[in-house]
Amino acid sequence: MFHFSNIVRTKGDPKIVESGPSLKRPEDQLARALGWFSIGLGVVEFFAPRRVTETLGMEGHETLVRAFGVREILSGIMSLSVDKNAGLWARVGGDGLDAAALLSGLTSDNPRKGNIALALLMVGGIAMLDYRAAQDTKPRRPPRDARRKLYPNRSGFPKGIESARSKARQIPSHAAAGQS
Amino acid sequence: MKALVWHGKEDIRCDTVTDPEIQDPRDAIIKVTSCAICGSDLHLFHNFIPGMLPGDIMGHETMGEVVEVGSGVDGKLKKGDRIVVPFTIICGECDQCKRGNFSVCETTNRKRHLADKVFGHATAGLFGYTHLTGGYPGGQAEYLRVPFADATHIKVPAGIPDEQLLFLSDIFPTGWQAAVQCDITPTDTVAIWGCGPVGQMAIRSAILLGANQVIAIDCLPERLSMAEAGGATTINFETESVLERLKELTDGRGPEKCIDCVGMESHVISSLPDTLLDRAKQLVMVESDRPHVLREMIYVCRPGGIISVPGVYSGFSDMLPMGAFMNKGLTMRTGQTHVNRWTEDLLRRIEDGEIDPSFVITHTVPLEQGPEMYQVFRDKRDSCVKVVLKP
Repeated sequence: MFHFSNIVRTKGDPKIVESGPSLKRPEDQLARALGWFSIGLGVVEFFAPRRVTETLGMEGHETLVRAFGVREILSGIMSLSVDKNAGLWARVGGDGLDAAALLSGLTSDNPRKGNIALALLMVGGIAMLDYRAAQDTKPRRPPRDARRKLYPNRSGFPKGIESARSKARQIPSHAAAGQS
Repeated sequence: MKALVWHGKEDIRCDTVTDPEIQDPRDAIIKVTSCAICGSDLHLFHNFIPGMLPGDIMGHETMGEVVEVGSGVDGKLKKGDRIVVPFTIICGECDQCKRGNFSVCETTNRKRHLADKVFGHATAGLFGYTHLTGGYPGGQAEYLRVPFADATHIKVPAGIPDEQLLFLSDIFPTGWQAAVQCDITPTDTVAIWGCGPVGQMAIRSAILLGANQVIAIDCLPERLSMAEAGGATTINFETESVLERLKELTDGRGPEKCIDCVGMESHVISSLPDTLLDRAKQLVMVESDRPHVLREMIYVCRPGGIISVPGVYSGFSDMLPMGAFMNKGLTMRTGQTHVNRWTEDLLRRIEDGEIDPSFVITHTVPLEQGPEMYQVFRDKRDSCVKVVLKP
């Protein structure tokens, strides 16, 4: 990618000779893949709900499919953002909703129940990936009750705060300070 | 040479890159001795600032030794000089530079056609920042080309450690300008949101400029303890109501002066529903900034007061209470820092021992560890407040 961006650099600007290791972990790549998958699926559900319901033998549920499409797109966008963990947990929750909706269509009179079983299998597989990615991308911020170093001795005033305050009291016009 | 290079969202790598070359007679090249990670680098790390490209070198807090000068530097710099590099690149000759408005220098943004379209008018070129500000390679590297080097430098004496001088490049003058913009008088209460490195400098600056009371607002114990050490009364917004505490500390009047050292990525917590809404809108790209602090400042500021905004905002902010802002007769002052307007005075204060900005450094590591330190700094791990990198 950086080879293309070099087009906008001038001749003497530094250019990459050898790239160092990336901060991206495999779980970050998985989150990214799931995010794009979510957006792709969401677009299909939103723009072609009839195709989806016909495939599953669940005609009449187009509005629900469209709503699921919006949910997929939003959780996909979140999975691609810096808040990917929240996006992935939203996807895990969405997988549950998908499974519940599919199970409601798994009736003996549905001629496409084979497709529903296949879809349930896929949802199960994807849910495992979502769960794994959500677990592995937990924010690495220290918990609120973690012990933290405190800095009570770092005033920044080598002569003490009182000295700084008293010197400030001698300034005739504070607004003019700094304009030498 | 080694340099920290932006490859995409949350992906900064320590790459081997070609050495910088003199491109213009007014250029100089420095061997970097110290550089730092700035809070605004995190906005780039998160890809919240538009106009970054893979291959861009990060960093705008840099100092070092001059190793090469162009023929047009006119004797203002020579090999061996020790300089701090201001993050704003300035020509020193245009109308804005002559007025001291260095951060809106009319000459140095080499991609002004982009900035003109986005901001209406181009601002100065900045090191290691977006292509909207020129796309100049930054100083988290072993060497740095300094364009317009005859004007873009702060000469510093030998004998003072890098750690005391490095922050003249950005956070110290940024905190100082934020306080100066408040026109502080001896009876003023100054409230400062955000106790990161710029907030810490703003606290010390407000003290040095004679504020009666300085109140610092954050939620991280280590940052609040550092703020308290610098003379501030602190409010932890996760455990206390900012509005009530500010009222209590100002006898119900509200602070006369408010400083936003947080900017576009304000904390998102469920007890503040506007922050949740901002984050949701930011995700679907209908809002670029999370301006909770601006809203709160406008609400709590004493009528007739001043709001100073050194925190970085990138684009569009929703639901600012302009009714309160207008009816209370508030004044807002903001902008990237006019670094060279302040550095002569600030260097003198460091030399006189009035202030030692190195108090803010919590981590010093080799440049190669820079990528990991971006994560540590972002996640506030290991009580990290400020990271200095040594190439």
